[in-house]
Amino acid sequence: MPDHYKIAVVGSGPAGLSAAAHAAKLGVSHVLLEKTDHASDTIYKYQKGKLVMATPDVLPLRSDFTFERGNREGILDAWNQGLDALKVNIRYNAEVTAIKGQKGAFEITLRDKSVVTAEAVVLGIGLQGNLNKLPMPGAEQPHVQYQLDDPDEYEGEHIIVVGAGDAAIENAVALSKQNTVAIINRSAEFARAKQGNIDLILAAIEKKQVECYYSAAPLKVNAKTMVLKTADGEAEVPADRIIARLGATAPRKFVESTGIAFPSPDPKSLPEVSATYESNVPGMYIVGALAGCPLIKQAMNQGWEVIEYIEGRRPDPADEPLLRERFKGLGDVSVSDVLATIRANVPIFAELNALMLRELMIDSTIHRLNPGDIVFKKNDYTNTFFTIVEGEVGIQINPADPNQLVALKQGEFFGEMGLISGRRRTATVVAKSACILIETQRRSMIKLIKSDASVKRVMDQTAIIRQIQTHLAPHVPKEQLVDVVSTATIESFSAGDTLFNQGEKGDSVHLIRNGSVTISRRIGGRDTVLSYVPSGNYVGEMALLSDLPRSATVKAAVETETIKIDGAAFKLLLQRAPTLKTEIEETFRERVKQNEMMEGRPDAGGIIQFLVEQGIGEGTDVLLIDESLCVRCDNCEKACAETHHGISRLDREAGPTFDSIHVPTSCRHCEHPHCMADCPPDAIHRAPNGEVFIEDSCIGCGNCTRNCPYGVIQLAVQPEPKPGLFQWLFFGMGFGPGEDMSQRHVPHPGKAKHAVKCDMCKDIEGGASCVRACPTGAAIRVSPAEFMSLATLAR
Amino acid sequence: MLVYRNFRYFKWAALLVLASVIAYWLHQPFAGVPNGGTWLGYVLGTIGAGIIFWLTYLGIRKRRYGIHREGAGKDKRKDGIKLEDWVSAHIYFGLSLIIVATLHTGFQFGWNLHTLAYALMIIVIVSGIFGVYAYIRYPQLMTENRRGLTLNNMLAQVADLDKEMRGITMSMGENINAAVLRAAQETRVGGSFGRMLAGQDASCPTTAARVLVEQVAHQPHDDEAALRRLLSLLVRKEELLRRARRDVQFSALMQIWLFVHVPLSFGLLAALTAHIVSVFFYW
Ligand SMILES: Cc1cc2nc3c(=O)[nH]c(=O)nc-3n(C[C@H](O)[C@H](O)[C@H](O)COP(=O)(O)OP(=O)(O)OC[C@H]3O[C@@H](n4cnc5c(N)ncnc54)[C@H](O)[C@@H]3O)c2cc1C
Ligand code: HEM
Ligand code: HEM
Ligand code: SF4
Ligand code: SF4
Repeated sequence: MPDHYKIAVVGSGPAGLSAAAHAAKLGVSHVLLEKTDHASDTIYKYQKGKLVMATPDVLPLRSDFTFERGNREGILDAWNQGLDALKVNIRYNAEVTAIKGQKGAFEITLRDKSVVTAEAVVLGIGLQGNLNKLPMPGAEQPHVQYQLDDPDEYEGEHIIVVGAGDAAIENAVALSKQNTVAIINRSAEFARAKQGNIDLILAAIEKKQVECYYSAAPLKVNAKTMVLKTADGEAEVPADRIIARLGATAPRKFVESTGIAFPSPDPKSLPEVSATYESNVPGMYIVGALAGCPLIKQAMNQGWEVIEYIEGRRPDPADEPLLRERFKGLGDVSVSDVLATIRANVPIFAELNALMLRELMIDSTIHRLNPGDIVFKKNDYTNTFFTIVEGEVGIQINPADPNQLVALKQGEFFGEMGLISGRRRTATVVAKSACILIETQRRSMIKLIKSDASVKRVMDQTAIIRQIQTHLAPHVPKEQLVDVVSTATIESFSAGDTLFNQGEKGDSVHLIRNGSVTISRRIGGRDTVLSYVPSGNYVGEMALLSDLPRSATVKAAVETETIKIDGAAFKLLLQRAPTLKTEIEETFRERVKQNEMMEGRPDAGGIIQFLVEQGIGEGTDVLLIDESLCVRCDNCEKACAETHHGISRLDREAGPTFDSIHVPTSCRHCEHPHCMADCPPDAIHRAPNGEVFIEDSCIGCGNCTRNCPYGVIQLAVQPEPKPGLFQWLFFGMGFGPGEDMSQRHVPHPGKAKHAVKCDMCKDIEGGASCVRACPTGAAIRVSPAEFMSLATLAR
Repeated sequence: MLVYRNFRYFKWAALLVLASVIAYWLHQPFAGVPNGGTWLGYVLGTIGAGIIFWLTYLGIRKRRYGIHREGAGKDKRKDGIKLEDWVSAHIYFGLSLIIVATLHTGFQFGWNLHTLAYALMIIVIVSGIFGVYAYIRYPQLMTENRRGLTLNNMLAQVADLDKEMRGITMSMGENINAAVLRAAQETRVGGSFGRMLAGQDASCPTTAARVLVEQVAHQPHDDEAALRRLLSLLVRKEELLRRARRDVQFSALMQIWLFVHVPLSFGLLAALTAHIVSVFFYW
């Protein structure tokens, strides 16, 4: 007979622990199954002494365990004591490998083949997945490890790092400062990692700081050595320590094997849960990071709540005070009334379940506006999404005449264009009557679009019409666009993909809705770039107007989405709208002229090509250095450090150069910032002027550092303040002006590390310090679209 | 830097010079030999001293990087004053001193404190002119010389070559072995000021080793292949060293003049203060 419980909790992270603790407290029969030999593996693996944040501060904690801001050790101790005190039935080394059955009778199989049965299952396995292990003999020894807390902990050792991904490279390079390091790469080159890391490791190998075994595989681990299989036979390499960074298998496969469905094949998508955290499999609940809640406190609250729900109670959700705070501006109304009104008035939110709607509202702001109030201005760089709960707003379609308004009514939404394109707002929006608007954060909307196909469909349809109207046919009435819109499709391209080739027959026009493309032509057997076209423009009209084959090849410079408009419908539109026809022909002639000019200037094409290869195309504001002017005084770096707590966010010398244009390692403020993707407290935002910056709510998890492909974010401890200029000059105190205080390699136990990056000096008088501090004007900040335009390059 | 903002500061400085010259010319008939003692002398002297203090203030301004205020940098359209403005103005007003101060002296020089101040000023100005030349000429040369490598890259490649060469010379004659070893251990890039500025090393042990290997290669010998390989490695190292030394030279040239310019600026400030004080004293 297998052990039988009412509730089986899988995974002892903050969510699972809190669930099991509440079951124990209530005296419900339960078991907590944990894969490893300790509780809460994710937190256990944090760097020693890491300061763990308890964001969001306003959210009350609801758990039988304690949790507040403190260091990792203190938190784990408190939880372990809690486990004992409440007599939680936890089973260690009990990895769940399969779950079968249905509500009331689940059969849970563990790695050791033993089986546990339960009426309900709570899944709290987080998102970390399983670290891949070395499969060979000897790999179970203690000097083989699968993570690295603090590279400065080791000194004078022979260390082998196995793997060729970002983690392996970062570890190898960091360890090589104090140790003899070898890195084992299964293939003949480093291809899987980010470019910045590839450059790092190649430089380290070149400088003999790290030895690299290419096309090599580990065969056997001995006490002091590791045996490798290499291209020229077996080799024995000394190894006091082996660090294998072989990646992790995401938990998705396991979760799907239990019958739980994911809404989309996107690897970032998470299973859907009901307002009571129940998955599509009745009796199977999901809490914590796997349920889309990325912070510890929220995970603990969910653990507590899920037990209440299983026990048939309906406690007020813990986020009630947060929502009340959000809705304060509306006067004395209850949270549930407001939510009901939103549901009734705003169709795209109507279908969301209670949990999703609440989450969305926590990340949103409610605005109450009077007639004439401005919601946002044309050319603002905000990327939030607005829905109208009550009242009417007007879109200023003609910048010359602010009174020419297109009205949007209750239930409609706007702001989706900035969200999609990652670019500036295309028009000013004002309140027409007194109105109530919901402003939702970019992250919540992206999450929603990923998890709910209907929201995406509704948004795309509206966006297509508006984008065509804004960028292609501003003066054409909506009715005339019906054919064009109904045949239009959205196409996605990865960087380097071809939209169409020179010489093909032209059958469509592409309106770029996000990303950017390059236009090139084969000249003398070589692809020569003629121009760079950012989003908000169309390409492909030439072949349709002239009825000739495509005169050039168009490739996506970065991840790009276009609205593909059918050629026949487009031609029909031109017939019906003669003014549009003349406008487009005008652009066409202009482009032909430009192309001819660019053909005579292959150097300018070379610069575009180079910048696009560096990923500059996805930036909105890029720091470039004209090396024919740069006197290498590093005053830009000093200025950056000086205005940002002593840590420079730019590395002048690093980075590639073409002609005399140098691209230093510094944030480009991407249109769709990769760094924002997985920030648990949603601390990375874009300011109205376009600066991508990190707020103080950063918990220092390092996700953004890994996600930024350009390696411009560092984790750093905030250093002591510097002495004044005169104190330094005359008394030699502390750090001088511009001295690097990043102390990247000094451990700071117990001090919080935060992610730091360029914020374009949004709080500094006079604008970007690097540019202002350059004595010769070599450092410039440019918008790529402007910089790569013919006018600039033809200087 | 020079053409900055369409010669805006050049125009202002030129205006100042023009005004001084005209005033001087107009003034001459009345006062015989105008110098610091006349009213025009006072005006020009005060302007000159003002400019000098202001020029020296660049040293502080350069290290004053920005004022932190929530949301202060928001209005990107309102460009702040850049250091480039300061440097551009610094150059033109610095040059204007040649005229302004000279007119102030009324061409009366002697072995005295006043002329010391004047002489210091001229040296500072001349070093400044060299600085501008360096800033205009060397960055481009440096980029071309580097061809995408940093100085550290070059030195790392040199170290690799050394390692490889020592592997080859193990089996060779004692004299070659010793020369290559010396080339590896005693080759220097940079070091003293002289070496940095020279941009080359006449007694470079690597060159010596190459010459020796070339000589050996001319005589009959057994290990043709290894010798040829060694020679090519030495030539490559020499080439890398040449570039590395040039890189160091350029950096040095772009900085060296500041070592004259800045201390003498402070000397000038002192002498000038003394000059002004003494003038009031003997009045
Ligand atoms: C470096 C870093 C720093 C962070 N800092 C903070 C911070 O300061 N503040 C904050 O609020 N959040 C922070 N976070 C986020 C926080 O760690 C997560 O939100 C939280 O751990 C999620 O909890 P969870 O219970 O959902 O899952 P997890 O904590 O991931 O726990 C999952 C548990 O399930 C176990 N498990 C997995 N699979 C199985 C299986 N098949 N069978 C049995 N057991 C299994 C695992 O061993 C693990 O113990 C940070 C994250 C990282 C990576
Ligand atoms: C506030 C600023 C200044 C004042 C009040 C001032 C005043 C004077 C006076 C009164 C004289 C005449 C002295 C005499 O006739 O013996 C003089 C001469 C002179 N000044 Fe100045 N001066 C000033 C700034 C300068 C500056 C900036 C320089 C150049 C660096 C300078 C260099 C000279 C020289 C070389 C002479 C000629 C000395 C001589 O006659 O032998 N002065 N100054
Ligand atoms: C009497 C006149 C001058 C004085 C007192 C003076 C003083 C100074 C000082 C104090 C600095 C700061 C250096 C530092 O802190 O790094 C400086 C920099 C400089 N000066 Fe002058 N200067 C004078 C004239 C000139 C002239 C005539 C020129 C050019 C023709 C010139 C060109 C420069 C340049 C190019 C810099 C470097 C700016 C930088 O790298 O930031 N100066 N000067
Ligand atoms: S940090 Fe990286 S990903 Fe984020 S905006 Fe800057 S360059 Fe882009
Ligand atoms: S380290 Fe980066 S991803 Fe993590 S919380 Fe801070 S800003 Fe967000």
